[in-house]
Amino acid sequence: MTKTWVTPGGVHPPENKHQSVTMPIGHLPIPEKLLVQLSQHIGAPAKPCVTIGQMVLKGQKIAEAVGAVSVPMHAPTSGTINAIEDRPIAHSSGMSGPCIEITTDGKDLWIDHESLADYENASPKALLQIISEAGIAGMGGAGFPSAIKLNPGDRRPINTLIINATECEPYITADDSAIRERSAEIVEGIHILSRILGNPGKILIGIEDNKPEAIEALRPHVADTGISVVSFPTKYPSGGEKQLIYILTGQELPSATLPADAGMVCVNIGTTYAVKRAVVNGEPLISRVTTVTGDACGVNRNYETLIGTPVRHLLEHNEFNRDACSRLIMGGPMMGFSLSSADVPIVKTTNCILVPSYAEIPDDEPSQPCIRCGLCAEACPASLLPQQLFWYAQANDHDRLEAHNLFDCIECGACSYVCPSNIPLVQHYRHSKGDIVKARQEKVVSDHARSRFEFRKQRMELAEQEKEAKRIARREASEKAKASAGKKTAPLDASSGNAAPASSSAADIIAAAQARAVSKQVSPEQQQAKFERSIAGAEMRVQMAAEKVAEVDDSQTEEQKNTLNAALEGAKQKLGQAQTRLAEHLEQHKELNEEQVK
Amino acid sequence: MAFKQITSPHAHTAQNTAKVMQLVIWATIPGLIALSINFGWGSLINIILAVVTALACEATIIKLRKRPVAFYLGDYSAALTAVLLGLALPPLAPWWVVVIGTIFSIVIAKQLYGGLGYNPFNPAMVGYVVLLISFPIPMTIWVTPLALLPEGVNHPGLLESLSIVFSGYSPADGVTGATPLDLFKHSSGLVVDQIYQNNPIFSQGMFAGVGWEWVNLGFLVGGIGLIAARIFTWHGPVAMLGAMTLMSLIFWDGGSSDSPGSPLMHLFSGATMMGAFFILTDPVSSAVSNRGRLVYGALIGVLVYLIRAWGNYPDAVAFAILLANFAAPFIDNYTLPRTYGHTDRRRATEKEED
Repeated sequence: MTKTWVTPGGVHPPENKHQSVTMPIGHLPIPEKLLVQLSQHIGAPAKPCVTIGQMVLKGQKIAEAVGAVSVPMHAPTSGTINAIEDRPIAHSSGMSGPCIEITTDGKDLWIDHESLADYENASPKALLQIISEAGIAGMGGAGFPSAIKLNPGDRRPINTLIINATECEPYITADDSAIRERSAEIVEGIHILSRILGNPGKILIGIEDNKPEAIEALRPHVADTGISVVSFPTKYPSGGEKQLIYILTGQELPSATLPADAGMVCVNIGTTYAVKRAVVNGEPLISRVTTVTGDACGVNRNYETLIGTPVRHLLEHNEFNRDACSRLIMGGPMMGFSLSSADVPIVKTTNCILVPSYAEIPDDEPSQPCIRCGLCAEACPASLLPQQLFWYAQANDHDRLEAHNLFDCIECGACSYVCPSNIPLVQHYRHSKGDIVKARQEKVVSDHARSRFEFRKQRMELAEQEKEAKRIARREASEKAKASAGKKTAPLDASSGNAAPASSSAADIIAAAQARAVSKQVSPEQQQAKFERSIAGAEMRVQMAAEKVAEVDDSQTEEQKNTLNAALEGAKQKLGQAQTRLAEHLEQHKELNEEQVK
Repeated sequence: MAFKQITSPHAHTAQNTAKVMQLVIWATIPGLIALSINFGWGSLINIILAVVTALACEATIIKLRKRPVAFYLGDYSAALTAVLLGLALPPLAPWWVVVIGTIFSIVIAKQLYGGLGYNPFNPAMVGYVVLLISFPIPMTIWVTPLALLPEGVNHPGLLESLSIVFSGYSPADGVTGATPLDLFKHSSGLVVDQIYQNNPIFSQGMFAGVGWEWVNLGFLVGGIGLIAARIFTWHGPVAMLGAMTLMSLIFWDGGSSDSPGSPLMHLFSGATMMGAFFILTDPVSSAVSNRGRLVYGALIGVLVYLIRAWGNYPDAVAFAILLANFAAPFIDNYTLPRTYGHTDRRRATEKEED
């Protein structure tokens, strides 16, 4: 037995896993239409690379990754592109998003694909490229592009690879059944990951002890491979990345850091299977194991489901009874989200479709006031004080929320699960997190605006001072001119002290004109300072434009990027002009000076 | 076919606030039985009177606040407050004492602050303290424990008890007397052994006073049951009882005439066990974290002992708990647990992590 550590808190909801593992992983008929969502991962949505009416083959790329954090999409079967438009997507808000609809032809014809059986001699870079091209994103829930996670860079050497087979959510058995039936391929996938990560010293498969068949299925394949299967007592949410890392290693991941910062990579076990299929069989990620369960379905079972299959298709083939169904959940009963429509497609992260009866999950009762009983604090796996967070969330007290470490909440729902007052605590935390993030962004914007305003004010003051200096210079020059004119016209009348007698109006005019000329004729030094200022200003503008260009992320459109680039170019040109002018000026004055010297 | 949009988690325990409150009410039964055996029908009459008054007050205020009456009455919180107040009041107290105390508890201490979950002070203890300060005479007459009644004399029966309660006349002299804590407070100049020998309430008791030790044992049993049922954690009660034990050991003074009494007497007299398991565990008015509850419980234990030993009142659980209620939000600021991934505990008042 490998030593494991015990996390604080946690709950033991009824597991309800037995219903869906009575039969092996099944296959459903290909649905008439598939709806491939373009954003089913963390990062930028993929960009369609097919046109409406185009024929596609199974495994053909239909949308390309955009930018660094993104994954491509592939046709899950052969057929015709029917539509590229916004449809209701798999999202807790019930919003719509860009999708590609494929009318299937039932032939299920593969595109030519190459396998790479000899992965042991392939370079990690080539393997990463395959994974990236296969559109693999973490299949445990978050959907982070795997190729990025598996490439933490040279600065962060990986010494521990953790395979997450915990599957701690009730009802879900997708990983469990996949391990039972595909353990050889899964272990092969782990070997590939190990090769990519430079053969980390420790490879641990973390699995809860409620899956003895899966543990037994893995054992023969990991014998003498350096991979350890570590089982630990079942408790929700042991499968949270931070929790699992602590259970297996006794190390806590410091707040706001990634596992890679601590030399670890944590991958869902379903992803390892997808990696194996991609590398060894050359198949992109176009299907996954999804559990269909809940008493509102007559049949509870796992299916190898094509990505893009409408949820409705799964329900109809499993004796779904709409009247008995209390809600439609994508995911498990703890962290899954309810869908308002059954037309939403299965995505790469859909491990479960749960259709509970009213007896299993009744409608929510109205919330009662929080009595701060503390059951939530006992259940919290992160050792937060959910009752205090709730209190401050209601009061919108951001400072207190942050002092109570709101952002360390993993939204596992254990607090709401035990709350005797039926308070939707997690929802309050999500809302507050959103509010705080928005407030932070607004602060950045307003800080920027303030510094710009202050800079402008400073510049205006400087200009005002210069004007004032010029005015003074002009006045002095004119007084000097008047004085000298006075001396010329009335050299004998010195005692009067009056520099400008009324009779000498012609001399006056001349003196004034001279003074004007003097004041207009800026000294070379002033001229040079002026040029230098304009250069400094231009440099500043170049810098600001460059910053803006650097800040460009994938959320901005092509047009916006072009505008920013154009602005940068313009600023650079102006800087160049200003520098040329200064150079010319210096050249002139050098000549002048030299002449004077001569 | 549109489905309901409901936020996660979807699964939920069967536990609810009403069940928690009911369970706490059930857990007072061993204490109530001990009170009834030793002191007659008075406590039960107190409880019934208080519950009826409390529900009427709660319903009226909720109606005034334009909230659904049945929904809020169904949480059993008013009933629990009434039961606790009824248990704390002297048996056979005049009816108006019970009614005034209950009205104060529910209307002023609870509903005016916003109802369940928003009261900074324990409502039952507010009611109790208001009564103790306003009507000291009926609040300090305690029935003599059964075992100390003269031969052939018994506690008044149910009907007689009711007539005593509602007529407003105090019960006959023979059946009332001082409590152990009273006796101890007023026996200055005697060493502990002499006090024990001179007073049958001590000399006939097992370790802390006839009748009272059973009442405290009853509440202890109920309280341990609630900890086992995970209604509250051990931190608050253990801290309070630990602090009291420690204080009474430190100042025990070998049982001299200056001694404020033995640890056993303090633990099993007066309202100690009821306070430890049924009053300071009221989550609304206590500190929230386990660490906070340790501090909060210990503060109550120390305060109870200080007032009992050197204050004007023989018992002090109600005062100590109200004083600690004041301190609870402050304690909360400095007793946050250490969150996963953080090296240190944080303070609730800090703006940036150190």
